Amino acid sequence: MSGSVVKAAQPSRGERSRAGSLTFVLCSVPSDSHMWNLVALQLLIEEMGHRVVNLGACTSVPLVIETSRAERPHCVVVSTVNGLGCIDGAGLITALRAEPDLATLPVVIGGKLGLRGTSDTDPTSELRQLGYDGVFPVAESAEKALAGFRAFVAATLERAR
Amino acid sequence: MTVEHAPFSAFVAARQHTNTLIVQPRMGFSDPAVMRRGLLAVRAAGVPAVGTVTLDSFTRQGEHDRAAMAREADVELNGYALVAMGEERTSRMLAGIGGPDFPVQVRHGSPRPEQIFRTMLAAGVEATEGGPVSYCLPYSRVPLRESIRAWSQATRLLARQADQGVRCHLETFGGCMLGQLCPPSLLIAISVLECLFFAEHGITSMSASYAQQYCPEQDAEALGALRLLCAEYLPGVNWHVVLYTFMGLYPQSPGGARELLRQSARLAVRTGTERLIVKTVAEAHRIPTIEENVEALLLAHRTAEAEQLTPEPADGRGTEVYQQSRTLIDAVLALAPSVAKALPIAFERGVLDVPYCLHPDNRNEARCALGPDGRLEWCETGRMPLQAAARHRGPTSLEALLADLEFHRRRLDPLPR
Ligand code: B12
Repeated sequence: MSGSVVKAAQPSRGERSRAGSLTFVLCSVPSDSHMWNLVALQLLIEEMGHRVVNLGACTSVPLVIETSRAERPHCVVVSTVNGLGCIDGAGLITALRAEPDLATLPVVIGGKLGLRGTSDTDPTSELRQLGYDGVFPVAESAEKALAGFRAFVAATLERAR
Repeated sequence: MTVEHAPFSAFVAARQHTNTLIVQPRMGFSDPAVMRRGLLAVRAAGVPAVGTVTLDSFTRQGEHDRAAMAREADVELNGYALVAMGEERTSRMLAGIGGPDFPVQVRHGSPRPEQIFRTMLAAGVEATEGGPVSYCLPYSRVPLRESIRAWSQATRLLARQADQGVRCHLETFGGCMLGQLCPPSLLIAISVLECLFFAEHGITSMSASYAQQYCPEQDAEALGALRLLCAEYLPGVNWHVVLYTFMGLYPQSPGGARELLRQSARLAVRTGTERLIVKTVAEAHRIPTIEENVEALLLAHRTAEAEQLTPEPADGRGTEVYQQSRTLIDAVLALAPSVAKALPIAFERGVLDVPYCLHPDNRNEARCALGPDGRLEWCETGRMPLQAAARHRGPTSLEALLADLEFHRRRLDPLPR
């Protein structure tokens, strides 16, 4: 891996992953163009020793479906901070779960999911019901969400290897 | 033939004579009644201000059906759904609000803005902003060539309004790009190039933008360079400069948030900048309320009034940022006979390259370093015709990247106990 911080915007095809490492597809929702969250999460996951296919911002539903088929990731990570995550993230997971071959693919979502910060109602149970395997909302600080995500990866994905 | 000023420019020019900083919020609400109340509150704040209608993310992406569906279900969005609301409801929302002493501007973030412009014009608003690069790369994954084509058409539509006596104002968003960790020279180059693009399509009233970064001295040099370059490259055009209060990861504490806003207001006054778009205490957390927006406007205004200095624009020409910006602008202009043709080639070849930008048409080979004094310097210039002269290395880990992103938080938020 090169010394410089996150450059791959395109799926890195044919790259051999190291033993024990998992593949993550990192994306957002169609309406959200924020990128720093994606840049940071790519580093976070890579520093956990895994491979990341970072699709960038404003990812359409068909692009996520297509990439999930092509890359056969161990997990899809949806990151969104523009406040429409509850609506747009719901659309994405409903579409993914409607594809029979993707029905059991682990998919998690996190970020600033609503518009009212700490006074937002927690969207976790609603989004889980729609099919997300993990929901990591950020209200005050990102730390709790990131710790939750790390624990999910350790308990659910790395354990399953 | 005397060219009549666009009302927006006339408003700015009148305040310029008295050295009064114009302040403006980034305000947008999906409920038209709240949007109207917000505009009225800004007008009633009693300070020289421009009203803002900021649009929601669905509208920015052209998903007007989804915006309409959400509104019908009374779901709140992150801005005003202009096209879904349509011209009639928007005219009613705006009735009696805008005028020569209170211009209203639509702020959107769309790589394909024509429909937004049509609705806005029909509702009587003639000032807006964006640009073919600045509203494509950070705001979408629409191919850059497509955005440039769409912006060419939409910009001509604005220019053509002059036939009916309506003079539109257009502000470039080129001075922001990803909001943070982009060296000033690239921001200024894109800002000037987008102004040239607007001029090429017949716009005669425009503003060039720059977003506050991390170092007041470097920012002052940058604003000085921007003014000089506008004077050199935009003859015959009516232009002014607009500064954005810091657009990146914002301090979380109310005290830190206010201090960063105050610093931007002082920077604006010191550099003779005409207009300032503010940030609120809610920035790090959620969409700000009307009251938080008005509070920010008042604070910026008062700070500017207290900064009694006569502006002393930094002597631009000698600075590195002037030289670098000029090199970038000239390198792009040399690529093709028009700016519209040159811009996509510039990004294909990496003559322009925005650090960290994940858009498929950006090479993403350039990187910068943030010095302890807050100066941004190039440490990897990719294929841009610039020298990388950083004294410091760019971040190579998540921890280091977050440390750069959190520069203002570290400086201005109280230490966690
Ligand atoms: C920079 C910025 C921009 C830049 C983005 C440039 C780009 N293309 O990337 C620009 C100026 C273009 C921009 C535009 C807009 N923005 Co903006 N932006 C910001 C800002 C100032 C900083 C974001 C940042 O740099 N974060 C740095 C990263 C590292 O942190 P992060 O994004 O929070 O991500 C971390 C955590 O959230 C968490 N996390 C995120 N996702 C996930 C996922 C999982 C699984 C896990 C575990 C954790 C996790 O981990 C991440 C890493 O630490 C924030 C406010 C702030 N925070 O200060 C507003 C903000 C996010 N923007 C906001 C909005 C609304 C917009 C706009 C719609 C304009 C508007 N109406 O104001 C447009 C969006 C256009 C669109 N189509 O979506 C709002 C969102 C409101 C809300 N959620 O309640 C904010 C909070 C500002 C505000 N107070 O209004 N923005």
